[in-house]
Amino acid sequence: MIPEIGHYALVLALLLAIIQGTLPLAGAARRNTAWMEAGRVAAFGQLALVFIAFFALMWAYVVSDFSVLNVVQNSHSQKPMLYKVAGVWGNHEGSMLLWVMMLGLFGAAVAGFGRNIPPTLKARVLGVQGLIGVGFLLFILATSNPFIRVLPAPPDGNDLNPLLQDPGLAFHPPFLYLGYVGFSVAFSFAVGALIEGRVDPAWGRWVRPWTLVAWASLTLGIAMGSWWAYYELGWGGWWYWDPVENASLMPWLAGTALLHSAIVVEKRDALKTWTILLAILTFSLSLMGTFLVRSGVLTSVHAFAVDPKRGVAILALLGLATGGGLLLFAMRAHVLKVGGLFAPVSREGALVLNNLLLSVSTAVVLIGTLMPLVLDAFGHKISVGAPYFNFITPFLAIPLVLAMALGPFLPWKRADLAGVLGRLWVVALFTLAAVMVALWLQGVRPVMALVGIGLAAWAFIGAFWEVADRVRLFRIPLGESLTRAGGLPRGAWGTALAHAGMGIAIAGMIGTSFWLTEDVRVMAPGAKATIAGYELTLEKVEQGRGPNFTTEMGYFTVRTLNGDMVGTLTPERRWYPVARMPTTEAAIHTTFFADLYAVLGEPSADGRGWVVRLYHHPLVPWIWIGSLVMVAGGLLSLSDRRLRVGVPQRRTASLPTAIQPAE
Amino acid sequence: MSPHTKHRLLLLLPFTIFLVLAAYFAIGLTGDPSKLPSNMINKPVPEFALPGLDGGPGLASTDLKGQVRLVNIFASWCAPCRVEHPLLVRLAREEGITIHGIAYKDKPVDSQAFLDSLGNPYTSVGSDRDGRVGINFGVYGVPETYVIDKEGRIRYRHVGPLMAYDMDEVILPMLRELAK
Repeated sequence: MIPEIGHYALVLALLLAIIQGTLPLAGAARRNTAWMEAGRVAAFGQLALVFIAFFALMWAYVVSDFSVLNVVQNSHSQKPMLYKVAGVWGNHEGSMLLWVMMLGLFGAAVAGFGRNIPPTLKARVLGVQGLIGVGFLLFILATSNPFIRVLPAPPDGNDLNPLLQDPGLAFHPPFLYLGYVGFSVAFSFAVGALIEGRVDPAWGRWVRPWTLVAWASLTLGIAMGSWWAYYELGWGGWWYWDPVENASLMPWLAGTALLHSAIVVEKRDALKTWTILLAILTFSLSLMGTFLVRSGVLTSVHAFAVDPKRGVAILALLGLATGGGLLLFAMRAHVLKVGGLFAPVSREGALVLNNLLLSVSTAVVLIGTLMPLVLDAFGHKISVGAPYFNFITPFLAIPLVLAMALGPFLPWKRADLAGVLGRLWVVALFTLAAVMVALWLQGVRPVMALVGIGLAAWAFIGAFWEVADRVRLFRIPLGESLTRAGGLPRGAWGTALAHAGMGIAIAGMIGTSFWLTEDVRVMAPGAKATIAGYELTLEKVEQGRGPNFTTEMGYFTVRTLNGDMVGTLTPERRWYPVARMPTTEAAIHTTFFADLYAVLGEPSADGRGWVVRLYHHPLVPWIWIGSLVMVAGGLLSLSDRRLRVGVPQRRTASLPTAIQPAE
Repeated sequence: MSPHTKHRLLLLLPFTIFLVLAAYFAIGLTGDPSKLPSNMINKPVPEFALPGLDGGPGLASTDLKGQVRLVNIFASWCAPCRVEHPLLVRLAREEGITIHGIAYKDKPVDSQAFLDSLGNPYTSVGSDRDGRVGINFGVYGVPETYVIDKEGRIRYRHVGPLMAYDMDEVILPMLRELAK
């Protein structure tokens, strides 16, 4: 019964979405307040209905209702509860349901929080959100219904892919989707503004919190995914340039660009046309990210052949959203008034450079991900992989990071580059010191590693020096500086934190990419191995049982070369009988400066021991620490008073921009 | 052309690019799927001779005759390869299927470490460091698996990681059929 309620709720949600997608748009055109108001009510109703559908499916998973096909295919009665719940979105149908639930959340949030948005713009934004909802709900009901029953019900399910039965991956999709769907609000604001024919600084301010939420969630989602790849795939790699990963990187890059160009709209009333275009493209890439991963089209063009109905529906949805948005852009963008002018060397100029580099990066990833697929469909064979990306990355990353630390020092409109560079000598000094330390610890080769550490230090120190510079640290009494620091807008601290986090993450990426040590050997119980200043002893290997797997666990004791006890490592090899799949569970000892990483492999061919892989990953935890710091920066910015408190719809002319906090 | 018209045309550019891409995709992806798998189907494997890993036997196109077998293209840097690998090991050990590996754009040391830790299902492995042989096979991305018949012709291409389903429903029946 409950699955039927869920199904029925979805149908009702579709009907409500149709109302939400039409009435407010028509109401805004005809200045009909009641019709516009209908959008708000529909948005709340929408949320309630998709919630019911989502929890109906979750209930079927929790009680293991094997009369529901989706549960049979992705769950098992012996599966731990956490993964029963996470199994809801561990498959195509359920993840689409999660998607519309997020869409409902954002729609209701716009309806509830957007009190100071002009009623016509708000109605249009909600209307566009409604149209997106129509597309997705139709798609789910027509091609991906998670509530289909199966009769007679099988006694037990097929279990979820054991690689996915992991806490890191259980929460990876919700954050990723929160990011993807969050960008739908930016898209709706862009489309709304195109219909209105007006973009002003207030628009920049309204669109920013949504972009920030989406960006922070996406950052967290991607970081969780790469963390999972790091510890679960048993290799210690954290990024594979896999098409599935690239699909989430593209909206992140475009979203990062959008986040920055929206600042220019807000502060300087410039770059408006470009920002609108970016908002449309970012959401299009989010849609592509959602679909390409789920449709399987990236691993195989045959995915469309397997289920052509779904494939064509996906293409149609993507085409309508992207094509519709871009067509509207082509028809209406000329109405937007050109805003403030600025010199090439200025804060705006730096942000344009940021946007240019991020857009090119997005294009590079897009080409690398899709080109082989497109050409393959036409019978040409090319191959693009990690080597292509690894070759191009430095050319884009180096100028991007150099400008990242420099940009916030530049004043708006026009800057004196020589003067700003003069203020950066402290940053340059510390950067040089960091490179010297790296040189002393790791030697001169590879040179790229030293360049990378320099960049990381430049970004990190630059971020803090910018705050120090602003509060005139060491130039005025310390107490006065602290008062100034307290008075800085949270947005300024957010920028500094996010930029510093990027620096930390870069250091982590460089450390593990260039200074990794690894050792593969056969070890029998009692054998010792040394790696990177540690001595590991394999004490024993034991068999054990988990809830839905059997396991073989190696017990290592870790000592320093002097014999001081450091700890134990217990890597596992698991076997999931239902899914007939083994997994490796790596054991990691972290010092926060480096990880010692051990994997228990197969028994050796001669039966005398086990193949053991040991890795020492310098700085690798910093990738995720840095990502968390970036997320914290985003959230701090989000809590900025300007974005929370009602702001006037238009800045009055008498308010001089000079006293605006310049960030 | 007035600056105004120029501006309007510029605004039309994103949509135009989108249309071209969309058309390209629509033709490419909704065309006859039976033609898509590979234009190498039913053709002899491309000629090649690759060195082995770590002193092991190499792999050449001439080795691929006389018996039905699988050629699996993998790389140590490829995550889906890890996912499908246990299945290959099981196939080789339990089903007794001959599988040859081609290590695609991978350092031989890394490929060897990959096999040492996850098990080696391959009768022989060829190291395709620059990826030329892979491209001649028509590889889009790793992993890919090819079914080769007794005459050394490619009969089937599987793109992406092999799952138990693909094995049981497609590959194993096909191998049995071809072995007759």
